[in-house]
Amino acid sequence: MSYEKMLGDLAERDERIVVMTAENRAAIRGLPTRLGARFVDTGITEMTMVGMAAGLALRGRIPVVHALAAFLTMRAYEFIRTDIGITGAPVKLVGYVPGILSEANGPTHQAIEDVALMRAIPGMRVFCPADGQELLAGLPDVVADPHPWYIRYVDVSPRLPHTGEFTIGIAEIHGDECGPPPDVALITYGYAAGEAHGAAAILRWEGLRVRVVNLRTLAPIDEAALLDACRAELVVTVEDHLRTGGLYSLLCELLVERGRRANVRAVAFDGWFTPALLADAIVHAGLDAGSIAARARGWFSPLEVDHVR
Amino acid sequence: MTMRHLPPLTPTQVAELQDLALAVRAHCVRMAGGGGCFLGASLSCADLIVYLYRHILRVDPRRPDREDRDWFLLSKGHDVPALYGTLAELGFFPRERLERHLSPDDCLYWHPNRGVPGIEHHSGSLGHLLSVGAGVAIDLKLRKQKQRVFVLLGDGELNEGSVWEAVLVAAAHRLDNLIVVVDRNGFQANARTEDLVPLEPIADKFRAFGWYAAGVDGHDFDALHDVFSELGGEDGRPRAIIASTVRGRGLRSLEARADRWFCRLSGEEVAGFLGELQGGGALDLDTPGLVVR
Repeated sequence: MSYEKMLGDLAERDERIVVMTAENRAAIRGLPTRLGARFVDTGITEMTMVGMAAGLALRGRIPVVHALAAFLTMRAYEFIRTDIGITGAPVKLVGYVPGILSEANGPTHQAIEDVALMRAIPGMRVFCPADGQELLAGLPDVVADPHPWYIRYVDVSPRLPHTGEFTIGIAEIHGDECGPPPDVALITYGYAAGEAHGAAAILRWEGLRVRVVNLRTLAPIDEAALLDACRAELVVTVEDHLRTGGLYSLLCELLVERGRRANVRAVAFDGWFTPALLADAIVHAGLDAGSIAARARGWFSPLEVDHVR
Repeated sequence: MTMRHLPPLTPTQVAELQDLALAVRAHCVRMAGGGGCFLGASLSCADLIVYLYRHILRVDPRRPDREDRDWFLLSKGHDVPALYGTLAELGFFPRERLERHLSPDDCLYWHPNRGVPGIEHHSGSLGHLLSVGAGVAIDLKLRKQKQRVFVLLGDGELNEGSVWEAVLVAAAHRLDNLIVVVDRNGFQANARTEDLVPLEPIADKFRAFGWYAAGVDGHDFDALHDVFSELGGEDGRPRAIIASTVRGRGLRSLEARADRWFCRLSGEEVAGFLGELQGGGALDLDTPGLVVR
């Protein structure tokens, strides 16, 4: 099953679905033939596409719109906020090559603030699948949900073994879920989840008890899973997003709001990442499993010494 | 789009439109009392809105959301007093509700929103509703429904790149059920359009983008009727009607004043302007003490 096949199937079963793109068809090339007039390509016009999606939603449609994440969330931001956010129109915004996946395109194409921007819109929901399997697991619920959604599109081969059913707002947890608090909790989402999962394997091999929390949706968030994970000695948020406004911010907001303390560190971008092919870009950015594990080990060791005293 | 050649307006119909427009202008002036409103711009499009609602749009004040209605989208949202006044006069909601203009207990604020019966979508940020209207229009095409979508744009609003993006896309999708009306009052907030970012020739710009375009005197009901009753058939071209208007129309003291954008009037000034609407003498806005802002 591919994204295109599933979206086509959903659209064939539900007349309300209209698939739109601002001339980016990479993941939906076969849909014009399948959907006919319910496939609308507006050309390179992110603002107009989003405005038209709002108009279609006024008529009872569920538009699923596609563009590069950087241009969709930023060029059309005010249209998303104003024409979709204010009414809570059930438009699904699919952003291609978000975060590290823009690879060698350079800073113009780096959507590394998209989660911050989208979660700042009241009522907007945010789905950040770790890979293609999770994307497809969540897509039917997200499309059927009556809220507007931003889908941080990741459609790579499975990056970690997925457990259980997809439920909006419920995280996927790897590692000990009961028993004493883990030594390290890696909280993550999106493409970075695969690297966090790899880092957890390294840290476990080194003797640490590690939990990985793959959030899957950043709005709504699984507060219970987050707060429980924050009982760990060390909490590391892992994301291919700016430190500002993403998961790290979100978790810190939650902890302050609940009057909870935790030792939270961030693996995130502090600026534009160095453009390169994915495998190189991820290492250069320190987002690969080995780098994450090394940093977590470094953050954890002083704590360990503290314990011995 | 259905071809509709309407019979000419009778003198009685013209008189009725004039009465209605006068009532709407009076509502605008009263809304400029208290907390104020964008009075000049509201007055420039009052005749357009009144004419469209009375003779062109197929809408039902008792059932504003009926499926077979035409759509009217006010993209230059700051003109909404003219729309509030028209909707109230036509019975979409009671006139008394206008007294709650700007009250936190109601939703008649400075820009339109869907809490007001008859208003399809909010606006206020310029350059949005042509694309929203194109979305409605393309859905009508998808469903093979014959209703039309009217979008009222300001001329200053044509500065926005998103307008021209939507103009391109509407032509590409052959949305001949989409009709733009430009309230060509010659002003944007603080300046004459031609002094700031010249727009002319507007009609030719639309034509060059694949649209049908025509000009009309936006205060002449017979001329409006000629243009809007012959919008043509299904030729794939969206329509743009460039309506020449005067900012502040109906209040000679306010007409074409670049320095009168937002007006907050005292009770005396409201009374004076209401008198001026009825043919009384023009107020001298430069008299110290007047609080027209």
